[in-house]
Amino acid sequence: MSTTETTADAAHAEHPHGIWEPPSPVRRLQLLHSARSIAIVGASNKPQRASHFVATYLLSSSSYRVHFINPRLDEILGQPVYPSLAELPEVPDIVDIFRRPEDVPGIVEEAAEVGAQTIWMQLGIRNPEAAQLARDRGMEAVQDRCVKIEHARFHGGLNLAGFNTGVISAKRQRLDG
Amino acid sequence: MSEREFGFRTRALHAGTVPDAVHGTRAVPIHQSTSFVFKDTDDAANLFALQKYGSIYSRIGNPTVNALEERLASLEGGIGAVATASGMSAEFLVFAALCGTGDHIVASSKLYGGTVTQLDVTLRRFGIETTFVDTTDPEAFRAALQENTKVVYTETVANPSSDVADLRGLADVAHEHGVPLVVDATLTTPYLLRPIEHGADIVVHSVTKFLGGHGTTLGGVVVEAGTFPWDNGKFPSMTEPVPSYGDLSWWGNFGEYGFLTKLRSEQLRDVGPSLSPQAAFQLMQGIETLPQRMGEHVANAQRIAEWLESDERISYVNYAGLPSHPDHERAREVLPLGAGSVFSFGVTGGREVGARFIEALQLASHLANVGDVRTLVLHPGSTTHQQLTEEQMAAAGIPDDLIRISVGLEDVDDVLWDLDQALDAALAATAATEQTEEAR
Repeated sequence: MSTTETTADAAHAEHPHGIWEPPSPVRRLQLLHSARSIAIVGASNKPQRASHFVATYLLSSSSYRVHFINPRLDEILGQPVYPSLAELPEVPDIVDIFRRPEDVPGIVEEAAEVGAQTIWMQLGIRNPEAAQLARDRGMEAVQDRCVKIEHARFHGGLNLAGFNTGVISAKRQRLDG
Repeated sequence: MSEREFGFRTRALHAGTVPDAVHGTRAVPIHQSTSFVFKDTDDAANLFALQKYGSIYSRIGNPTVNALEERLASLEGGIGAVATASGMSAEFLVFAALCGTGDHIVASSKLYGGTVTQLDVTLRRFGIETTFVDTTDPEAFRAALQENTKVVYTETVANPSSDVADLRGLADVAHEHGVPLVVDATLTTPYLLRPIEHGADIVVHSVTKFLGGHGTTLGGVVVEAGTFPWDNGKFPSMTEPVPSYGDLSWWGNFGEYGFLTKLRSEQLRDVGPSLSPQAAFQLMQGIETLPQRMGEHVANAQRIAEWLESDERISYVNYAGLPSHPDHERAREVLPLGAGSVFSFGVTGGREVGARFIEALQLASHLANVGDVRTLVLHPGSTTHQQLTEEQMAAAGIPDDLIRISVGLEDVDDVLWDLDQALDAALAATAATEQTEEAR
């Protein structure tokens, strides 16, 4: 019993905001609804790259203010590209990451410094330690999910591709953008 | 929105049909339009490049058809679905997406006759070979695998032998070889059996049958689990650049959503067997009552199978719901609610008595379909399976005296009355003929 308490106390000291767990569909929806701006880190100007699909979707099918981060590019889809989160004109609510898993902890620290709310690792990118780091810095964290798919899940787009949204509701379809 | 996991009956009514944003339409609207207006040229370009979601042209997708697709994906527990004009075209799209000239399929020999000919005639002519396996033993499927095998294929419950597939065993065999298990679950429907829960990767249906239920409308569907590793090296078309879509990669860009995106954006585009919105609407009316109907279908089937088995005018009954069937134990395990309502039996006296029996029925309809709300009967040897050779008939488990029944939702006592009077009539007519022949 005392061992358990000690472990729990230690865990609390180390993880003041709790142990990270993958957010449920409802929590993901809340994170998307509470955000107004998204920064895409590792954004590409190549149309076949996943980040370009997400950027095109968010610009055309959502009301988010979308920002691009890539130190090697100047412009994507007619918008300026910034070298780092710190140089954005506003604090992004969601930091959407298209980088290798080992690069994520550094981005989490940057995101915490500028005051972002949510770290979002894209489909195929997993780093639970980085997700825990985000929790410890007071942020929410999502891994291995696509912002485009999750937004479309709750706003009608995924249904128009024949996919299972899991949404059961007698309320009118919510639109955005 | 809450965290609740909604039940099967709720999803049969609600999945895929959130009321629309503008009018709040409660029933699914029929979007009877071939095409959909773009917002502007950027919108058009983004839609064609798959960079955003939306409707373009009803061959690729239509909002009414999409509603049906999501509902069936939800009921099967899949990631999504692509609806097609018929069950046969659903199968064809899967084979066409996964196989090319020089590839190979391992399939159960006890398949619907149309599936056998699609594999054995049409796909073989395209250079795709199929080995048919005449048992439910997964080891026999394993023995038939080749380096170029791309698909393992079975039905859940065979028609009309009522053999029950060992889905878990077949999934293990397929996965150890790096290929998907594709299952035709038409006769069981997701109410009785969800193959994805037993390891299947892709489920196909003739929605025409129990799902639609009313015998009015043709349709098919492909549901995918979304868990198969399409980047395992066996399926280069899933990972290589796709020139017609700006060199994207189905797996690289869409991950677990990649297979169905390819099926829709490439196979429906190129082959074209799309479901019409009117048909999707009609099929959804049926799906809404699937749980209630299937419960009655299997209760009536069990009662009729037991009645037939205890009648001396009947020589055999093939129904996995009966302890006498070799797969009865497996049926109890994977089909706890019932083994479907399509099964077969033979009338003592053989083929001629069987034919007279069918002609003497008043209530049961003699036609080539299953899964209607009405009771249907058929003599496969002279109809659906007529184009099969004797060897294929034997491999499919179809003696020439076999009669298939698809038990409907009539008062079960009325169906029993009909079977009883038709058996009497058939035997009396046969006895009379024999007396006439003896008198000569």
